[in-house]
Amino acid sequence: MDLLAAGAGQGRGVAVAVTDAPKIITSRLVHDDSHTLDRYQATGGYQGLRAALAKRPDEVVGEVKTASLLGRGGAGFPAGVKWGFCPPGVWPRYLVVNGDESEPGTYKDRILMERDPHQLIEGVLIACYAIGCAQAFLYVRGEMALAQERIAAALNDAYAAGYVGQGILGSDFSVDIVLHWGAGAYIVGEETALIESLEGNRGMPRLKPPFFPAAKGLYLQPTVVNNVETLANLPWILREGGASFAELGAEASRGTRMFAVSGHVRNPGVYEVEFGVTTFRDLIYAPVYGGGIRDGHALKAFIPGGASAPWFYEEHLDLPLEKGAVDKAGSMLGSGAIVVMDETTDMVKAALRVVRFFARESCGKCTPCREGTSWLEKILERILDGHGRPSDLDLLLDVCDNISPGIAWPPKQTTICPLGPSAVSPIASAVTRFRDEFEARLGGAPVPVTVSMAGGAYVAAPTPAPEEVAS
Amino acid sequence: MARLTLDNELLAREIIARYPRPKSALIPLLHLAQEQDGWVTDEAMEHLAELVGVTPAEVLGTCSFYEMFKRQPVGRYVINVCTNIACQLMGGEELLAHAEESLGVRSGSTTADGMFTVEDVECIAACTEAPCLQVNYRYRHRITPEQFDTMVEDLRAGRLDDEVPPHGTLARVRQRIPAGAAVGPARPGECEEPVWISSRPAPAKGEG
Repeated sequence: MDLLAAGAGQGRGVAVAVTDAPKIITSRLVHDDSHTLDRYQATGGYQGLRAALAKRPDEVVGEVKTASLLGRGGAGFPAGVKWGFCPPGVWPRYLVVNGDESEPGTYKDRILMERDPHQLIEGVLIACYAIGCAQAFLYVRGEMALAQERIAAALNDAYAAGYVGQGILGSDFSVDIVLHWGAGAYIVGEETALIESLEGNRGMPRLKPPFFPAAKGLYLQPTVVNNVETLANLPWILREGGASFAELGAEASRGTRMFAVSGHVRNPGVYEVEFGVTTFRDLIYAPVYGGGIRDGHALKAFIPGGASAPWFYEEHLDLPLEKGAVDKAGSMLGSGAIVVMDETTDMVKAALRVVRFFARESCGKCTPCREGTSWLEKILERILDGHGRPSDLDLLLDVCDNISPGIAWPPKQTTICPLGPSAVSPIASAVTRFRDEFEARLGGAPVPVTVSMAGGAYVAAPTPAPEEVAS
Repeated sequence: MARLTLDNELLAREIIARYPRPKSALIPLLHLAQEQDGWVTDEAMEHLAELVGVTPAEVLGTCSFYEMFKRQPVGRYVINVCTNIACQLMGGEELLAHAEESLGVRSGSTTADGMFTVEDVECIAACTEAPCLQVNYRYRHRITPEQFDTMVEDLRAGRLDDEVPPHGTLARVRQRIPAGAAVGPARPGECEEPVWISSRPAPAKGEG
């Protein structure tokens, strides 16, 4: 295994593959002290900010547009274009950094925050300069204590060194970056819910229109919400030029991207690869990446872009990691989360687990999502418990259709945000492709999947008493 | 119990002063209250309401939305076992079952000695390191049942005190904005076009 285990500070290190692929955002992770200001300055740190300050703000926006940097949070919208949606002449503008990484399967922003916080801070500064933001809020997921500590320490050092605050590097550019913590809610990763949360409220999404953040965001002022990985690319783009960034990748997908490959592969890990040209097969099977399915097993399905994405199969392996191609094939690259399932995986159980996630995390604002996801969970539970009815598969699809009419891709919404419709895709994928597994559960016939999801004998969790099945 | 202590009230005021509107500080302040007492008491919520200028009911409204805020006492150590899809595939449910069995509590409850609360949680962003858990939000990656038992013993014996603070304490490093360097909150209605934009206008036909 050609892997470098770099200490993550807690528990095991994160595997960073040593390959010839260009490294834009993970280049420092080979160093144990990658989170310190000293290491950052010794490895080109804050040179992108200096390059930005030597340009006019509109030129910096132009550089990012030239780079064709797509947002790395999930929706994949061009960052430079998003910045341009702020209405002219309305001040103040805010930048809100979305560090609330919680899409199941996704593991990249936490690494960037824990291991290279200055890169993120520099990206925030470049964005604030380009957009004209008077204040930035760095919203870090509540559960990520180490990321909060590392960013707090990095910000304190950056203020002391004159990179943040009044008159940055002796210029007339001044901005505060405020570190903010969440407190445990997946929905807050949705940008309008993030803004609600940052206003001190329950994290429930706002209706778009009129509440597009660029027009009416934080305190109803123009607000740009960008993902951590998106901003982490900016220092390189400003240092090396947008054109160099755009030379990497293909079609609409330029630069590099971080992908977390998890599940039943030999080398689970987080890999930065060239965007648009690497294929799913490369990432799952190449020895420097996933290394193939674990010994003696075969691929059954994989999730290409987080729990919200429809599942992919063998026939999709040769698709490039390119937004357009994956969209056309009926799923999405989402947040760079590839979860691999081998043939021992019980698809009913996997579908239930994904649906239970959405049921638990539904904020409750819209009826189709609040009711629909919890009914999907209940029906799947009774199928798994052996009490399924012959009509249950159609009932599942009917509930899906009520949450997202037509069960199409991209999903139609009956709700304010995409959370509810996201729950539909794994169910629809599983029931369509593995109907026999569901039907076997219904009829009391032997279940085709007999092996544990963990590869050993499955130890059933004790069935909780009804009053304890909260959450 | 437990309004904020004087020191914590001063810290709370420092945090509030960073935001354009005081209520924005509510989640960080609820964390502060939880750090002080190990959970969020009614009295603390009333105090926070006074500090940010909203009703106690509004503070409760925010507090009750977020899973990390505990409105009743929990164990000194809250162990969150991930059972979401990537961990499920690698034995997360078995790990949770082991945690429940070895500690003698169901998910969501606390051991009689007040040491451990077990919870099953949603994805905590360590999917390539499955199965994983957090104890007071400190990660344990690729953990086996044996390692789990060792961790519990070490926690009981206080051998992990340096790494794992009691429940409620999240980051042990706080942001401090030096008064001389602070720009201050950008309040709506009080801001004009930033000088670095107005002093470097885009050429006439550029759109920016």
